[in-house]
Amino acid sequence: MAVRSISESRSKSKAVKLTFVYLTLLVGMVIVILPFLWMVSTSLKTPAAVFKIPTVWIPNPIVWENYPNSMTVLPFVRYIMNTAQITLLAVIGATFSGSLAAFAFARLRWRGRNFMFVLVLATLMLPFQVIMIPQFILFRSLQWLDTYLPLVVPAFFGGSAFNIFLLRQYFMTISRELDDAAIIDGCTRFGVYWRIILPLSKAALMTVVIFIVQNRWQSFLVPLIYLFDQKKYTLALGLRLFQDQYTTDWELMMAAATVSMLPVLLVFYFGQRYFIQGVVFTGVKG
Amino acid sequence: MSSESATLMAAIHENVASATARKQKRLWYQLTGEERLAWTLVLPWIIGFVAFQLGPMLASLALSLTEWRMFTPAEFIGLANYAEMISGDPLVLQAFKVTTIYSLTSVPLRIALGVLVAMLLNASIRGLAFIRTVYYLPATVSGVAVAMVWLLILNGDFGMLNRALGLIGIEGPYWLTDTRTVLASFVLMSLWSVGAGIIIYLAGLQGVPNELYEAADVDGAGDWVKFWRITLPMISPVLFFQFVIGMIDALQEFAGPFIMTQGGPGNASLFVMLYLFRQGFEFFQMGYASALAWVLFVYIMVLTLLIIRSSAVWVYYEGEVKGS
Repeated sequence: MAVRSISESRSKSKAVKLTFVYLTLLVGMVIVILPFLWMVSTSLKTPAAVFKIPTVWIPNPIVWENYPNSMTVLPFVRYIMNTAQITLLAVIGATFSGSLAAFAFARLRWRGRNFMFVLVLATLMLPFQVIMIPQFILFRSLQWLDTYLPLVVPAFFGGSAFNIFLLRQYFMTISRELDDAAIIDGCTRFGVYWRIILPLSKAALMTVVIFIVQNRWQSFLVPLIYLFDQKKYTLALGLRLFQDQYTTDWELMMAAATVSMLPVLLVFYFGQRYFIQGVVFTGVKG
Repeated sequence: MSSESATLMAAIHENVASATARKQKRLWYQLTGEERLAWTLVLPWIIGFVAFQLGPMLASLALSLTEWRMFTPAEFIGLANYAEMISGDPLVLQAFKVTTIYSLTSVPLRIALGVLVAMLLNASIRGLAFIRTVYYLPATVSGVAVAMVWLLILNGDFGMLNRALGLIGIEGPYWLTDTRTVLASFVLMSLWSVGAGIIIYLAGLQGVPNELYEAADVDGAGDWVKFWRITLPMISPVLFFQFVIGMIDALQEFAGPFIMTQGGPGNASLFVMLYLFRQGFEFFQMGYASALAWVLFVYIMVLTLLIIRSSAVWVYYEGEVKGS
């Protein structure tokens, strides 16, 4: 009897605990989601409904026109195309040059490898602001101001050290016997990279791509420094201009914010398997 | 698993050690084919590093010793920029104060909240993947759009936060235009995107061996004791790494204050990066801005070193014997 009552009270206290856990998590989830809901809800309101108290969550009427309106007040379609172009180039440049370097670090034997790798890692700690001004002066003297070159070219030279680190760690987990077998079969070392390592590393490459897309799509400071012509603006700069000029048109601003967040959220949602793996794998978020 | 976030640190140690072990210079034609290929593959990164990072870094050190307004020739003025920062420009001290208070509040709170949620998620619950995704969502978005949304949430008259406070009878402040609450607003905003940390802490928690808890059960230890004596020490390397990364990140905060407050009210949210941007790209004081950048850089390095030094006291590494 005594034994049973102990185990009963144990499972009871366990149930209480579990209920508490679920409740707390639920409250947390609601808090996390509310800003998104608030944004979308506001984006569908009339101006009057935005200020209305008590709060209206489901607008009546639902003003779908806010979306086309917000996209045409400023040339947002152009901004989206601009941003997509920059992002695409950065993805190509950084994954290609980054994976080449990562291959050398993970798979080739060469003197100086360790020193160079430490150097790569050290740049992770290098804050952007130290190089921001001289970089600006450099690109200015190259006549690159008001072009996409300062935003894109560095990606082709290795990109972020974080990507190299992530890819190198992943490449290390692939069995070396594959390399040796391929080389015996007459494959070149570069062939090993192209035909074996890359195809086996799709997951890691996906992670890197998602990180870069997230980063570039929303990047603000760098475009702010280098782009002046409004026709060349990125989405982030367009939003900033919008916010500056239409300070009180909250419903339009929230519509624009929703549109700008959507691609990032979608990329995350569909790639989250890779993404979460990447975060855990390195212990760092790019 | 708990050591995963320390992989980076371990990799640095290991590589520094073996890099210094052997040194012998050879010429290009003496290299093996494999070595030539390796250098060729790493070459783009090396060029990028020298051209876009190392070069500019050294250049900014030189620039910090000049007075240069972009449109007139640079003039060497020695350490005058640094002297000006210390004695002639109270905004520098203000900017560092603001940034430090923000970072030292935001980063520990983010870690505490992240660990708390991770522990709840670790209680073998159902729907873990879904819940984790929801918590991660805010961490995927950043920059201008997020700042705009929070501008609306924190609005004193009709913002979501004050509406919520109104429901329980509290009249909320004008968050972003009140010198007393503006920094708290940015801290609050930073807590929203705690998701990335949660995933890392969760991985850390899952790596704590179960035998430790079982042994503690045998000894009759309660949950509280288990948390302080087992869980926390075992994930402390992860916390340590997140603290370092988080501080480096927080000290460079820019987009939020730039869009939401422009440093106001009364410079109460004048973050260092904001001031740096202003000096460099609004006043075109390239020399002074470079000096400012270097001071911030050194400040970040010193803080990081202090954290690393202090880690001997509070970070536990497996296999290490204490007090012997």
